[in-house]
Parts: sequence; structure tokens; C-alpha cells
Amino acid sequence: MDILITVQALLQATVRMATPLTFTAVGETYGERAGVVNIGLEGLMLIGSIAAYAVAYFSGSVPLGILAAAITAGVFGLCFGFITITLRANQIITGAALNLIGLGVSSYFYRAMFATVTDRAIQPLQPIQLPVLSSIPLIGPVLFDQNWLVYAALLLAPLAGFVLNKTALGLSLRAVGEHPKATATAGLSVLGLRYGAVVFGAMMAGIGGAFLSVAYANQFVENMVAGRGFVALAIVVFGRWRPMGALWASLLFGFFFALQLRLQTQNLAIPYQFFQVLPYVATIVAMILLRGQSAQPKALGVPYTERA
Amino acid sequence: MNTTTPRLRLQEICKHFGALQANDHISLDVLPGEVMCLLGENGAGKSTLMNVAYGLYRPDAGEIYVDGVRVTIASPHEAIAHGIGMVHQHFMLVPTLTVAENIILGTRPLFSLRHAGQSMLTKMGAIEQRIAEVAQQYGLKVNPAALIANLSVGEQQRVEIVKALYRGVKLLILDEPTAVLTPQETIELFATLRTFTAAGLSIILITHKLNEVMAIGDRVTVLRDGKVVGQRNIGDTHMHELAELMVGRDVVLNVDKQPAKPGAPALVVEGLTVTGTHKRALLANLTLTVARGEILGIAGVDGNGQRELALAITGVIKPDAGTIRVEGKSIVGQSPRQIAHTGVAHIPEDRQSMGLVLDFSVADNFILKRFDQAPYTRNWLLQPRTILAHAQQLIQLFDVRTSSPQAPAANLSGGNQQKIVLGREIDGQPRVLVAAQPTRGLDVGATEYIHKALLAQRDAGAAILLISTELEEILALSDRIVVLYEGRIVGEVTGDRANTQRIGLMMAGAHTDTLLIRGS
Repeated sequence: MDILITVQALLQATVRMATPLTFTAVGETYGERAGVVNIGLEGLMLIGSIAAYAVAYFSGSVPLGILAAAITAGVFGLCFGFITITLRANQIITGAALNLIGLGVSSYFYRAMFATVTDRAIQPLQPIQLPVLSSIPLIGPVLFDQNWLVYAALLLAPLAGFVLNKTALGLSLRAVGEHPKATATAGLSVLGLRYGAVVFGAMMAGIGGAFLSVAYANQFVENMVAGRGFVALAIVVFGRWRPMGALWASLLFGFFFALQLRLQTQNLAIPYQFFQVLPYVATIVAMILLRGQSAQPKALGVPYTERA
Repeated sequence: MNTTTPRLRLQEICKHFGALQANDHISLDVLPGEVMCLLGENGAGKSTLMNVAYGLYRPDAGEIYVDGVRVTIASPHEAIAHGIGMVHQHFMLVPTLTVAENIILGTRPLFSLRHAGQSMLTKMGAIEQRIAEVAQQYGLKVNPAALIANLSVGEQQRVEIVKALYRGVKLLILDEPTAVLTPQETIELFATLRTFTAAGLSIILITHKLNEVMAIGDRVTVLRDGKVVGQRNIGDTHMHELAELMVGRDVVLNVDKQPAKPGAPALVVEGLTVTGTHKRALLANLTLTVARGEILGIAGVDGNGQRELALAITGVIKPDAGTIRVEGKSIVGQSPRQIAHTGVAHIPEDRQSMGLVLDFSVADNFILKRFDQAPYTRNWLLQPRTILAHAQQLIQLFDVRTSSPQAPAANLSGGNQQKIVLGREIDGQPRVLVAAQPTRGLDVGATEYIHKALLAQRDAGAAILLISTELEEILALSDRIVVLYEGRIVGEVTGDRANTQRIGLMMAGAHTDTLLIRGS
């Protein structure tokens, strides 16, 4: 039974670790389907995690913190959109700047607000055991004994998939990332669709970041996102620009995050840093395996102008 | 004149881009149920004017009336609301979506609680049904469930038309619709357009082909340099008058050509096979020969292997099988540079991306293929004075209109850019000249010039492979013509026996043998 408990704990952690990745990657999937790549996800997640933590700490309400994370990251997303969509600046450079800003802003506000605070812990989101479902062996504890943000992530992906594939809005998003001019001549606003997708993506990254500080941990730590924003970028590709694909890929990478945590505690003779590298190595391997696949939206990264 | 209210009236439209006055006080009426042709050379301002009418560009000045009411059209969305539809020269279809998805794109509210059913696309079957009905009504065949990427250009054009009809347009603008069609498809398209006008639709047809104006137009408006230079009823005019109006001087519509004196084979291609992605054969076992002093014309609809043929011969892509010999010497496996030095010149189909370095000066573009050889480079150093003198000589010889040899090639017009490419390529007296779409996008004057130069090369003994999707050009210049269809040669005719209809059928994939059977 020991093995079963170990596997159960590992899978439970997998789902938990996949949650911030799922939010961020599903949001970015929308942005990229609309033709805008935002490599600043790492920065947005950091902004989300500090905003959520600060608001939760001072208001005492974690949901309020999560809302604040979404709004704050959304505002940063709006700025990113203004620079890349309206001013047509290079998306990669702007995204790189956003990462630096996110790191700086989150650390700055954390130090400014919490320098004198000694007890920095908050009461994080608690697991909600779903009746009946949570008593199924193995699957119950893994899927149905989690906090509500985990449930939200698991529902977000299929919902986002439905909207993308089965609604007029989704059709417009899919079109605008492939052939923006055709979308414009069909009477739609290319800029409007892209702004919407980018801001939505930023808000989801904010929530993903919030999960780390107010649901997974109980406080903010500088640079606590630790590369998950970049992993989410890889997940979008790995999931072939589909929300459900992003969910599966997030679970896979979540597994590696969970596995390295578990291996670290096993007192093996190998230095723990080697295990920490695991998810990132998995990312690189995944990218190599997927090379040359062309599900990528045609107009990804290309600013839209009416002329030409 | 006529008392009916025009469906669309453009009055004194002006539009400029930088220093260029693309539209200069253009006025135009289109009546219900008529085909108005908009005739002019490239750069005359036809597309700009129609983009104004479709809301893609805002005019600097001028008024637009729809059914007698003054309107402003600030976006395609508003144009559609006024019943104006447009089929662009480069289709505005998303290749990764289905026909039905492309057609309904932008026709439904994105979020609406009141019309939630409208925003949901869960019942694609019903939508596809409705689209099929609209298409049927006008006798157009489309499969609403098909993916755009899998359709031929002719089919894609039908989708574009159905897309406009589905939106209930009353005026349809078609921008150079026949450029991508075979002659037979063109005839079908014109028949379809006639059923539209019979149903009361108005049509504006943008073209630079005179025979099309005569075939389908009710009236014609001729543009030159952004101005209206004439407006005629088709019954009151003839091709020659229209050509003169369009170009602004008397033109010779036919090329004066002496019979060829073909010599020994210079270019021999045997069993050439090029495979693309997904194992698709782009060229399948292709065999052809071009002799010294003759022009072999390659006819065919765009995308049937022309590109690959030119690139394989010039070494840009490596064939999967087959041999290519220039005067007996195999060139397969050699670099483009080695092949060029063997005496194979190349006028690439896209002069801007393959023929020139646009940011480089005219002078530097002239020596792109020989920059590292004497006399342009000595002792590892470029020789600016020699390069400049060389450029001045070629500028004069090929009548390149440029402010200076130092001006970037990007500043020149398309015709003058092409003269740089032509000059560079034939300056070395090539033994084989591969000319791909040598006059694409050029006006009548520049076209005439290029044609004469190609014939002069032929008479000087070069073997010329002329690849063109303009059938007129192939017919005017070639001594022999082969037709390319899906990477194969489906037929060969001699230049003088050639006739449009026969080649047209072959371009659509019909084999010569079957033609004979059908013909009997």
C-alpha cells in the first residue's frame, strides 16, 4: 500500500503543480491564436502573485487577492497590447521587457510593503472535498480533494476549448491569428480581437501567479514563479495551440515539478539541484521532439497594419 | 443620360500615399444590373479606388453615394452594411478554416446574451445547409464543409463570391478576378456574373485586360496615373481605343517576331522530379529540351510546378531525381553560383525577394552575381569606380529610370527594377536563360521592352525557357509551348499551331489525347 500512497501523493501534487501552468498556458493560447505572442508571462505571473498576496494579506480575503491579481496583470497586459498592437513594437522585445518589469515591480512592492512585517504568512486556499467523488480510490484524492482554483483550472481548459471551437467569438480569434486582413475584410476589428485576447491571456497569467502565493504557498517569495512563465510558453506549443492540449501538457509538466519535489526529499546521493532541473530539461526535450510542426498560427508575432 | 439612381456613385475621390497621388478627383457611377469595368495599368489607381469604396482606405476628399444617399464608409463592416462586397485579388480566406467558417466569419454577434443562439456555432450542419442553398441559387458549386487549404484557386474564388452573396451584397467588386483562372474558368466566371446582373446585382470589375472588358463589360472607365481618362459604353468603343486611353499613346498589341532558327540543344532536362512536403510531387518525371535560339514557353495555371522547375534548373532547390544538362554538362548538385557561372541566367518570378537586394544600390545590384571577380574586386577590395562605370553603362543600355546609380533599388518602379534584373542577367551573354514571370505586374510599356529584349537574346543564340501564367505572353513569344499541370507536361504545341482554347483545356488538366477524342 506504501506505493499506492506515494503514487497518490505524487499525482495529487501533479494536479496542483499543473494549475498555475494551465491558467497561464490557456490564456496564452488565446493570445497566440489571435496572433500575439507574449513571452512576458513570467513577469505577469510575478505581478499576479505579489498582487494576490498583498491584497489577501491586508484584506484577509484570498478570493479578493485573486481578483486583484487578475486585474493588475490585466492592466499590464493592456500596456503590452498598446505597445505591440497599437504601436506595433516587436512582441518578443516587449515581452522580454515585461519579464524584467514583473521581476522588479514584484520584488520592489514586496520589500516596500513587507519589510517591517514579521509574520508574513496568510491562510491559503484550503482543499474542498467534493462529496462522493472524493471517496473514489486514487482518482478521488487526486482530482476531487483540491482547492477551488484547481477545479477552476480543470474547468477552464474545456470551456476555453468550447468557446474557441464552437462560437462566433472563437472563430474570429482563430481567423485573426491566421489571416488578419481576411478577418478585417470580413468586417471584424483585428485590433479589438487582439486586445481582448491579450488582456484575457494576461489576466489568466495573473491568476496562475496568484495560485503560487495564495493557494500553493502561504506567502510571496521573490522570483517565486521560477521560470513557470517560460514553461507555459512551451506548453502552448506542446499543446498545439489548443486549450485542451495545454491542459494535458500542463499536467505532464506538473508531473515533472511534482516528481522533482518528491525526489528531493528522498535523501538520494544525487545533489537536489539535479532534480530541480528536471522540468526545464523536460521542456527543452519536448521542444526538440516537436520541431518542425506547423500548427502555429500564420500571423503569430506579426503586427497588423491596414496597408500592405 | 439615364434616370435610374446609381447603386454606387463616387464623386471627386482623392487619395494620396506620400508624394503619390493614387486617386486624383475620380468620379464614377455604377447602375443597378450593369457590369462596370475599371481599366488601367498597374499603379493607375484602380485598387486604391476600390479599397476606398470598400472602407479599407479613407479618402482624402470626395463623396460616396449608395442608392442616392450620401454615406461615409469607414470600415469593411460599414461597406458590407451598405451592400458592397469585394473579392480581392489575393483572396481573403483563412486557409485553416472551412468554407462555411470563412463565409460566416464576421456575420454574427461575438457576444450577445439576447442572441446567444447566433453566437453559438454548435450547429454547423444547419449553417452549411444554408450556405449551400445560397450558392445553389446562383448556380455556384461549393462544398461548405471543405477546408480552404484543400481547394483550387478557382474554387476559392467561388467561395469568395458566395461569401459576398451570403452577406446580401447589391454591388460586387472583383479585383483582377481572372488572373488566377484558366481560360475556361474565366468563361464560367463571366457566365456567373451575367446571372448576377440579370438578378439586379451591380458589378465592378477591375482589370488591365482589354479582351475581358470587351467580353463582359456594359461600360468601362479607364484610369491612368490616378485620373479618369475616359468613360465609354462598350458598344461605342473598341480595343485599340481603350489601349490608347490606358497607356496614353499608340501601342502595338502584337510582338513583331521573326521565325526562330533553333540550333543544337542547350538545355536538356530528363526525368526531373521534385517532391514537396507530405510526399506531394511538385514535379513528376519531367522531360524537356530547349535548343539554342529558341524560346520554349511553359504555360500553366500558377502553382503547377513552374516555380520548382525554375528553381531546380538554377540550383536553388535540389531535385529528388533526374538530370539537367547545359550544353552536355550535368549541373545537378552544383550550387546556384556554379550554375550561374556555367552560363545559366535567371530572371526569378519575384524580383523583389529573389532578384534584387532592395536596400542595395542599383550599381551593387548589377554586380550581385560577379561582385567578387575582376574587374569588380581586385586584391580583395571592391572597385567602386569600375562598379559605377559598369552601372552607368547598363543603365543607359537598358533604359533604367533611376535618379542615380547609387539610389537604392527599392526606390525604383517595378518596371525599372525588372530592367536591372534583366540587364544583370543578360549582360553576361547567357547560354540558357530561365525567365519566370518576366513581366508580372509591369505596365504595357515595360512589358513591350522586356519582350523585345527576350527576343533579341533568342536571336543572339540563347536558349530561353519562358515561364509565364499570362497565356498571351506565352503565345506572343514562344516558338514551342508545353503545358504544365500538377508537375507534369500534359501537352506540347508549336508556337504557330497554338490556340488559346486548346492550351486552356490542357491547363485545366485535360490531356492532349483526350482532346483529340473529344474534338472528333
